[in-house]
Amino acid sequence: MNRRTILGTVAALTLATGLAGTALAQDTLKIGAVGPKTGPLAGGAEVSFWPNVQLWAHDVNAAGGIDVGGTKYMVEIIEYDDQTNPGETIKAVQRLATQDKADFVLAPYSTGLNIASAPIFQRYGYPMITHTAISDQIEDLSNKFPNMYFLLGGATGLAGGVVEVLSDMREAGEIGSTVAMVNVADAFGIELAEAARPRMAEAGFEIVYDNSYPLGTQDLSPVIKGAKAAEPDAFVAFSYPPDTFGLTEQAKIAGLAPKAFYTAVATAFPAYAGRFGAAAEGVLGAGGIHADGDAFKEYAARHMEVTGQAPDFWASAPTYASFQILQMAIEGAGTTDREKVAEYIADNSFDTIIGPIDWDENNANAKYWTVGQWQGGVFKGVASTGRDGAVAAMPKTGWE
Amino acid sequence: MSARDWQGLSISAVLLALAACLPLLGDDYYLTIGVTIAMYTVLATSWALFSGPTHYISLATAAFFGLGTYCTALGIENGLSYWMTLPIAAVLGALVAGLVGIATLRLSGVYFVIFTLGLSELVRQIVTWAQNVSGQKGLYVLTEITEAHIYWQLLGLGALVYLAGWAIGRSRLGFALRIIGDDEEVARHSGINTARAKVLLFMVSGATASVVGGMLAPRYIYIEPSTAFTPMLSFLVVIMALLGGVGRLWGPIVGVIPFTLLWEAISASFPNQTTLLLGFSFLVIVYLLPRGFVGLLEGLRRRVLQREAYA
Repeated sequence: MNRRTILGTVAALTLATGLAGTALAQDTLKIGAVGPKTGPLAGGAEVSFWPNVQLWAHDVNAAGGIDVGGTKYMVEIIEYDDQTNPGETIKAVQRLATQDKADFVLAPYSTGLNIASAPIFQRYGYPMITHTAISDQIEDLSNKFPNMYFLLGGATGLAGGVVEVLSDMREAGEIGSTVAMVNVADAFGIELAEAARPRMAEAGFEIVYDNSYPLGTQDLSPVIKGAKAAEPDAFVAFSYPPDTFGLTEQAKIAGLAPKAFYTAVATAFPAYAGRFGAAAEGVLGAGGIHADGDAFKEYAARHMEVTGQAPDFWASAPTYASFQILQMAIEGAGTTDREKVAEYIADNSFDTIIGPIDWDENNANAKYWTVGQWQGGVFKGVASTGRDGAVAAMPKTGWE
Repeated sequence: MSARDWQGLSISAVLLALAACLPLLGDDYYLTIGVTIAMYTVLATSWALFSGPTHYISLATAAFFGLGTYCTALGIENGLSYWMTLPIAAVLGALVAGLVGIATLRLSGVYFVIFTLGLSELVRQIVTWAQNVSGQKGLYVLTEITEAHIYWQLLGLGALVYLAGWAIGRSRLGFALRIIGDDEEVARHSGINTARAKVLLFMVSGATASVVGGMLAPRYIYIEPSTAFTPMLSFLVVIMALLGGVGRLWGPIVGVIPFTLLWEAISASFPNQTTLLLGFSFLVIVYLLPRGFVGLLEGLRRRVLQREAYA
């Protein structure tokens, strides 16, 4: 090939791709995704949020796109890092709405970042199906932001689930009535502990050790030693990711091995089983999923194949389901008109990978998983507020 | 007041009026960036009021900011009107700054820096502890206040800070601070009550940051310690002020505007490398603009004047 032919080919190719580009541009839906890639919540978002954004876009495009009134639209994801800073989340969503002219924006990651950006979602009429917002003010929020939906559940249900599981185990004669309860002194940990205390008392449990530790505490051995000295039948920790790992590690070292051992956030992460291996067997944790269901198994396999990592057993699937709902609503409404799509979400129930979703009077999903347990290397849901597929909790037998 | 003062004041007034028109453009994106710029301008300018002349680097901005945020959030939750919470935030910020100032401004150099950094962590832990004890969770600030309102409030506060800075600059207090910055020993020997002067200015700076926090609370809606007391805020304020230059009252704003735009450009174009590129820009700033934009502009001006003198 001489230089002229090369130039000609290049020019033709450029022209072709350019044309293809414009043709594509007409059949593309721009979808914004804002979440932490840096900052304190980046770790959680890298497990539960970002891989699902990637997977969902992959799934939609592999299937030929989203069907809007007979025309297939591919999705193009525009990602922004909000640095776990609500000011940046606000800016990024604003940028998506006005500069990038995004057709839809996926709900951000975590309670605070969702609520901070809710007014902007509202202003531009974007439906906001939150997958990781847990709030006790859902009623006020949904009154003020009618486009806001809640998928993951609430602290009351999560804490109630723990008490329910312990009660069942006591009834089966596996544990007694004494509980050591600790919590991380931060928003969600406090909220769960507050919700659990009266329910424990009501169910006839005696809290023999009740303590808290600041967020970011490195040395958790005093906490575990204190709990061990109280010789509880059950250990319950409303913990965050770093301390979930820290407490488990210390409990192993100190030999705190009650028949019921519960840690909260991040127990459902694959990394938990990765770190503790066989010792994780029988550990109870916040969240859970119908892990034996075909829908989840299939989803987990795709997740692994496309993103190269496994989903967690709590927020991952609901996150994906929230994107599914958005897709179904666009297809169901047959338009990209946000108002009509929002209307469609409000008026319908959806069949997702986590099962059927319908909304209560506060636009919340009232049926969610509350407690799971590591059984045979899989974190299976053992309690929920109305989901199918729960397995019975089994007593933990030491750390071996 | 001299004719030059009047000239400066009227130029500032015109610029302020122009800035106040931004929400009328109707472009929400620019307004959002405007709020960010206004917020950091007020914070950096009030920071420079204290740290500029005294050379005491304070990393306590986040402590006062968070204090104000909580003040507004708690006030609204307990039925106070929003407008009442701002003066309370100011008084509280000034009080805490005063206490801290009395306790620590005798420290100098790196000890002071570390203490102020620790302060925001301390306040944050206290708030968290109080939440844990009371069972109080994250706070919700649901109001009808829009971004445009917040922007105008910040502009108003910015104008106040400039007036205060201008007034302090030509008062005995300002003169005393400049002497302290040059040599604290000399200042003390000339009969200046150095501690009092420093504490007073620190209080102005603390009160301002606290009010800014209060004004921003309705924007964040959901208030929790980790977002209200983010240490990043303290560092950004220092970096922006230094980028502008702290020797002049208008220095920080010359740093805030390009920095915010640069940050925005980086976040928009390289969402996966924000932190990396940000660190890189810090390096460039430190190496190429050690005296900030003010130093650069004044250097240029001097060169032009010299050339004129030769010609």
